[in-house]
Amino acid sequence: MIELKGLTKLFGKKPVVEDVSVTIESGMITSFIGPNGAGKSTLLSMVSRLLDADTGEVLLDKESVKKWKSSEFSKRVSILKQANHINVRLTVRELVSFGRYPYSKGHLTAEDEKFVDQAIEYMNLTEMQDKFLDELSGGQRQRAFIAMVIAQDTDYILLDEPLNNLDMKHSVQIMKILRKLVDELGKTVVIVLHDINFASVYSDRIVALKNGKLVKNGPTHEIINSDALREIYDMDIPIQEQNGCRICVYFNSHTEAK
Amino acid sequence: MRNNSTKLIFLAVLAIICILLYAFYDIKGGFDYAFPKRMMRIGAMVVTGVAISYSTVVFQTITHNRILTPSVMGLDSMYQVVQTLIYFFAGSLSIWVLNKYLNFGASIIAMVLFALILYRFLFRADKHPIYLLLLIGMILGTLLGSFVTFLQVLIDPLEYLSLQSRLFASFTKVNADLLYIAIGILFIAFIYGYRIMGKLDVMSLGRENAINLGINYDRMVMNILILSSVLIATSTALVGPITFFGLIVANLSYQYLVTYKHSVLILGASLISIIALVGGQFLVEHIFELRTTLSVIINFIGGIYFIYLLLKESRSAG
Ligand SMILES: Nc1ncnc2c1ncn2[C@@H]1O[C@H](COP(=O)(O)OP(=O)(O)OP(=O)(O)O)[C@@H](O)[C@H]1O
Ligand SMILES: [Mg+2]
Repeated sequence: MIELKGLTKLFGKKPVVEDVSVTIESGMITSFIGPNGAGKSTLLSMVSRLLDADTGEVLLDKESVKKWKSSEFSKRVSILKQANHINVRLTVRELVSFGRYPYSKGHLTAEDEKFVDQAIEYMNLTEMQDKFLDELSGGQRQRAFIAMVIAQDTDYILLDEPLNNLDMKHSVQIMKILRKLVDELGKTVVIVLHDINFASVYSDRIVALKNGKLVKNGPTHEIINSDALREIYDMDIPIQEQNGCRICVYFNSHTEAK
Repeated sequence: MRNNSTKLIFLAVLAIICILLYAFYDIKGGFDYAFPKRMMRIGAMVVTGVAISYSTVVFQTITHNRILTPSVMGLDSMYQVVQTLIYFFAGSLSIWVLNKYLNFGASIIAMVLFALILYRFLFRADKHPIYLLLLIGMILGTLLGSFVTFLQVLIDPLEYLSLQSRLFASFTKVNADLLYIAIGILFIAFIYGYRIMGKLDVMSLGRENAINLGINYDRMVMNILILSSVLIATSTALVGPITFFGLIVANLSYQYLVTYKHSVLILGASLISIIALVGGQFLVEHIFELRTTLSVIINFIGGIYFIYLLLKESRSAG
C-alpha cells in the first residue's frame, strides 16, 4: 500500500501541490486526472522519489520512501515520466534490459532475458528490438519506455501519460495489458490520463486534481458523472452508456473562457 | 559487441606497438642507462593517459555533456595558481618546492577542493545550460590565468624560470617516487571504478531513469565528481597540465566505440591515450628530434578539435 500524507510542493512561493492525502489501493488501477498544470506529474514525482516534498510524506508499506534503500525501492515501485529523453544511443532491447538493472546490476541472467523478451513482446516491439531509439517513431519510442518499466516487474507501476503519441489501437492494447498486469499478476497501477474515457473504461478508482488540490477521490463510477466532471474541468460533459461503459462526450461541450 | 572487442584488441595492439617502439627504438649503446629512463617515461604517460581518460569519461557522463571536462572547467588553471602562489610566497628554495611529496600533495588537495567548491556551485539540482557552464569555466580559467600572470611579473626572473618549467606538461622529468604514488591512487580508483561501472551505465540514462532504477543518484554524482577531480589532479600534479587531452580521447572513444558501456568506453579512451602519448612522444623525440614538445602538439590539435566539437554541437542544437 502506498499512502500520500499531506503532500505539499512549492515552486518558488507558489504551491503546485497542496496538502494532498490519498491512499493508493493495492491490486487496482488508479487514474489521476485533471487539467494541465494541476500538479499530477509533480505528485507522481514525489511518490517515486524524483522530487522531495516540502511537507508531508509518502509511505510504502507504512515506511517513508525516504527511509527505503534505493535499490530495494526500485524493485517495488517504478515510474515512467511524461517526457523521456536519453542522451546515449541505445537499441530498444538495450533500453528494456536496463529495466532489469535493480535485479541484475548489469549482468543479465536467463530469467532477466525472459522478462525482457516478454516486455518487448507485450509492447509489440519484437520486430524492432534491435533498432536504435532514434530510428523509431514517437509512439514506438514511447512503447519502448513502457516496456522498460514492465520489465522492471515492480508491484507498483506509476505511468505519467503513457498514451502520449500512441494511436488508438496501441492505446487500447496498453490499457488492456495494464488491466492484465493488475488482474492476473496482482500489480498496482497508477496512471495519469488526459482522455477521461480511458480512465472511465479501464480504471478502478479515479483521483482528480485541480490547481494543486485534491478535488475528487473515489471509485470510477462515482467520478464519471456530469456533476463531478464539471467541478474538475469546468465543462458540461454529457455521459452516454455504451455496452456497460460510461463514455464522456466532451468534444462539443461548452467551455467557459477563463 | 563482438565488433567492439575487435576494436579494443586493435587499439591494444597499437598501444603495445607504440610502447615497444618507444622502449627499444635506437637504444643500441647505452641500454643500461637509457632503458630504465624510457620505462619511467612510459610509466608516466600510461598513468597520465589512463587517469585523464577515466576522469573525463565519468565526468562527462554525470554532467551529461561531451564538451566540458574537468581541465576545461578551470582545474588546470588552479594547478598553475597553486604553483605560482608557492613560488611567490615561499620561493624556489622552500620546502614546498624542494619536498616533492609536499608539493604533489598540496597541488592535489588544492585542486580537488577547488573542484568540489566549483561543482557544488554549478551542478546543483537546478540545471544550468551547458554553454553557461562552459562560459563560466572559461572565464574562471582566464581569471585565474591573469592572476597567475600578474604574480609572475612580480617574481624574481630566476625564480620565474624555475616556475615556468613546472607549468608546462613534460613526461621527461617525472619523479619516480611520485609516479609510484600516482599508480597507487590510480589503482584505488580502479577498484572503486570496478564496482560502479554498471551504475555509470544507468546514470547515463539521466537522473530520473537512474533514480527509477535504484541509483542513489545525487550521492553518486558527488562521489564521481570527487573521483574525477582526484584523478585529474593526480595526473596534473605528476606531469603538468594538458588541458585539451581528455576532451580528445574521450570523444574519439565515443565516436569509435558506439556504446553506452563505460567499461568499454573507458578502456577505449585509455588505449587511445596511450597511443597518442607514447606514439606522440616517440615522434617528438625521434622524428622532430625534440624541436617541439608533445604537450604543445596535443594542445594545438586539442584546441582545434574542441572548436570543431563546439561548432558541431551548436549546429545540431540549432
Ligand atoms: N520545475 C518546476 N519549476 C517551477 N514550476 C514548476 C516546475 N515543474 C512544474 N511546475 C509548475 O507546477 C504546476 C504543476 O505542474 P505539473 O507538471 O505537476 O502539472 P500536470 O498536472 O502534470 O500537468 P500536465 O497535464 O500538463 O502534464 C504547473 O503550474 C507548472 O508550471
Ligand atoms: Mg504532467
